[in-house]
Amino acid sequence: MSDRATLVEMRGIHMEGRSDETWMPIIKGVDLTLKKGEVLGLIGESGAGKSTLGLAAMGFTRDGVRISQGSVHFDGIDLLAASAEQKRQLLGKRIAYVAQSAAASFNPAHKLIDQHSEAPLAHGVSGKSEAEQDGMELYRKLRLPNPDEIGFRYPHQVSGGQLQRAMTAMAMSCRPDLIIFDEPTTALDVTTQIEVLAAIRNIVEEFDTAAIYITHDLAVVAQMADRIKVLLKGDEVEEAETREMLSNPKEDYTKSLWAVREFQRPAKAAPAVDAVPVVSVQGITAAYGKMDVLKDVSFDIHAGRTVAVVGESGSGKSTTARCITGLLPPRIGVIEFDGKPLPLDYRKRTRDELRQAQMIYQMADTALNPRQRIRDIIGRPVEFYSGLKGRAKRERVDELLEQIELPAAQFGDRLPSELSGGQKQRIGIARALAAEPKFIICDEVTSALDQLVAEGILRLLARLQDELGLSYMFITHDLATVRSIADEVVVMKEGKVVEQGPKAEMFQPPHHPYTDLLLSSVPEMDPDWLTNLLAERGVENIGDAASAQMD
Amino acid sequence: MNPVFKIILQRLALGLLTLLIVSFVIFTAVNLLPGDFAQAILGQSATPEAIASIRRDLGLDQPFFARYFVWLGDMLQGDLGVSYAQLNFQTNMGAAELKTVADQIAPRFANTMFLAGVTAAIAVPFAVGLGVLAALYRNSVFDKVANISTLTSISSPEFFLAYILVLFLAVLNPLLPSIANIYQGIPFTDRLIATLLPALTLTLVVTAHMMRMTRAAIINLLASPYIEMARLKGVKPLRIITHHALPNAWAPIINVIALNLAYLITGVVVVEVVFNYPGIGQLFVDAVKNRDIPVVQACCLIFAGAYILLNLAADILSILTNPRLRHPK
Repeated sequence: MSDRATLVEMRGIHMEGRSDETWMPIIKGVDLTLKKGEVLGLIGESGAGKSTLGLAAMGFTRDGVRISQGSVHFDGIDLLAASAEQKRQLLGKRIAYVAQSAAASFNPAHKLIDQHSEAPLAHGVSGKSEAEQDGMELYRKLRLPNPDEIGFRYPHQVSGGQLQRAMTAMAMSCRPDLIIFDEPTTALDVTTQIEVLAAIRNIVEEFDTAAIYITHDLAVVAQMADRIKVLLKGDEVEEAETREMLSNPKEDYTKSLWAVREFQRPAKAAPAVDAVPVVSVQGITAAYGKMDVLKDVSFDIHAGRTVAVVGESGSGKSTTARCITGLLPPRIGVIEFDGKPLPLDYRKRTRDELRQAQMIYQMADTALNPRQRIRDIIGRPVEFYSGLKGRAKRERVDELLEQIELPAAQFGDRLPSELSGGQKQRIGIARALAAEPKFIICDEVTSALDQLVAEGILRLLARLQDELGLSYMFITHDLATVRSIADEVVVMKEGKVVEQGPKAEMFQPPHHPYTDLLLSSVPEMDPDWLTNLLAERGVENIGDAASAQMD
Repeated sequence: MNPVFKIILQRLALGLLTLLIVSFVIFTAVNLLPGDFAQAILGQSATPEAIASIRRDLGLDQPFFARYFVWLGDMLQGDLGVSYAQLNFQTNMGAAELKTVADQIAPRFANTMFLAGVTAAIAVPFAVGLGVLAALYRNSVFDKVANISTLTSISSPEFFLAYILVLFLAVLNPLLPSIANIYQGIPFTDRLIATLLPALTLTLVVTAHMMRMTRAAIINLLASPYIEMARLKGVKPLRIITHHALPNAWAPIINVIALNLAYLITGVVVVEVVFNYPGIGQLFVDAVKNRDIPVVQACCLIFAGAYILLNLAADILSILTNPRLRHPK
């Protein structure tokens, strides 16, 4: 690959973002070189500047961002000196972009095929019918179902994984020299992700397209990239060939990224046979409108233990949580707390019954009132459930902040916007603890966080469990998280429990075929993982295709 | 059933219910007006017997709800009643050749609708086009000039705008007539010319809202990922606005257009007076002055109907611009 011509050459890039009235540095002097046909993985946590740098390689900056120093050359063209019109003629034709959320990046008002042919038409690459024919051909190559027909649908009529592949097809419509993939599979379920990864990798190889693949997931980048560049807060940490980087990371930060998934709680002894579970869900069936979305779901959660509920989006995990908290009273079934049945509707529960089951949400950003100070956010449930006022309430809030490792003196008077993502999630935990519950539902609490931060949250939750004897229902789609903290696992699919048992058993064969599919779809750090899996199972037997065969 | 039809039927039913409630409010409000028709027409020296006799003939001595339901029943059959001003109370009541309220309102209403139609035909494309250009060249000199001038025109009194236009388009450059001389059987082109000055005045009044909403609705969408995607596909800036932003921005724009059209039907008395335009606004004001209750009530009901109908149309059109509803899964 080293003998190939250089396609992108970025030198000494400094970028700044506008924050209030001042320009703050985002990228602090990064070099990037990409050769024709090569795939470069760009990894780092959120805020590392990956997307900003990726867009800069297209000569593009978002509003409020500027390139303050450095140079960007694409195939010898100076993109920073080029006029807007010159750049417009390159974009879509020779440089294309695949965004993180296909659902948001397709215009809801137009059919897929019309959006697909827009770039070829705008750049005069081909005529309309020719572009549409080519679109169907690409859809076929990307293994979309009904390739001749799917383009005539609107974005909302197509599933997320299919849209992501349609967007990859759209990026390919002018056969560009370079595609920027900006976290293209982050928003997808594992079984969908694996199909999209396989499709992207195939088509990039087939057309010998160069790519910058941006992601925060090391295992994903290991499958896709020839070389990996690690970014931290706008600085380059290191860059190396993929295999070299995986087997022999040099910098401490890179090593810490590699080590994140190693946190694992020691296994707990099984609960006594006659123990009364804290929460017992017995045969619940629940519906939105006339559609049953949960079918006969049963499981127990014992004192001091963590039950992970796993499954893909739409499998009914969060709906189960809504049933337990009484927000969605189930149509059939019983929910027992400490052996006593709970009223199904939260409005009929006593304050003490409400207090016992608390919830922590996925998006700490939207779950905290942005206009209230931390002290008030936590103080409110303290007062509501324990009736503390004045000094006693203040002391209790301080104590709770202490428990989540945020000193009250420093954080008590801040607004949520003055906290980082991980700190906000900790406030969410403190708010749940304020009620002094026995049982907490954690709904995807780490999925919006970077790996290092997420690990900190998991360690905190584990410590609180040991100290306070809490029981957790841990909703997640991330099997690495399950591995690290669960005692028992419940696997859900389409509103039903397909398998449940102690964690040790779940990660040992034999599995229910669906559990097996979930487990096998989680990317591993081995750069040959995807290749081997495809060779072993065949492209027909991975991801959603396999899931569909099971039904 | 197609979900769109279901929603439209629901909205239609809601609209009818609203109209029913409004009819009651109108009837109550008109009843609360100070003054009494019989007293007004007979003067201060009228005997109590004469007043009572007129009140009896008009049914004004009946209880409130009885009168309301009689009126509502007549309305539902399309009978708007007989204008009090047409009755000759000195002689016999209910003579054969009476002009009904409907006869009185019909030509005036047609004139009003014509004026509103001409204004809308000019103002809506103008305002939306201006809004699109302002969004395209946002924060430029053009954008600022467009914003300031439309805001100035909406902030000025209508009669002032009218006289300015008269000054420039009728007096200094005699292009258009300053008085809207509209008579029965007027040819279409003459009617159009006579209506043009009032229509231009009203255009100046209604453009600002629609233009600013168009601009704001489009700019609001420019941060969307699909707009960024269009830019990264190399789509031309004007096409990004018209093809990618505008189709998703219609809902708020349509609602503001509907409100402004309703205003054109119900609120243009000042402009009618300035140009002596024989619209429904003047008729309404005269009827209030004369305590001509059937005309007042009929006008109010027509105004309410116009508002409800236009808002209903706006609702339905906004729904239709949503591809999720037009093309269900």
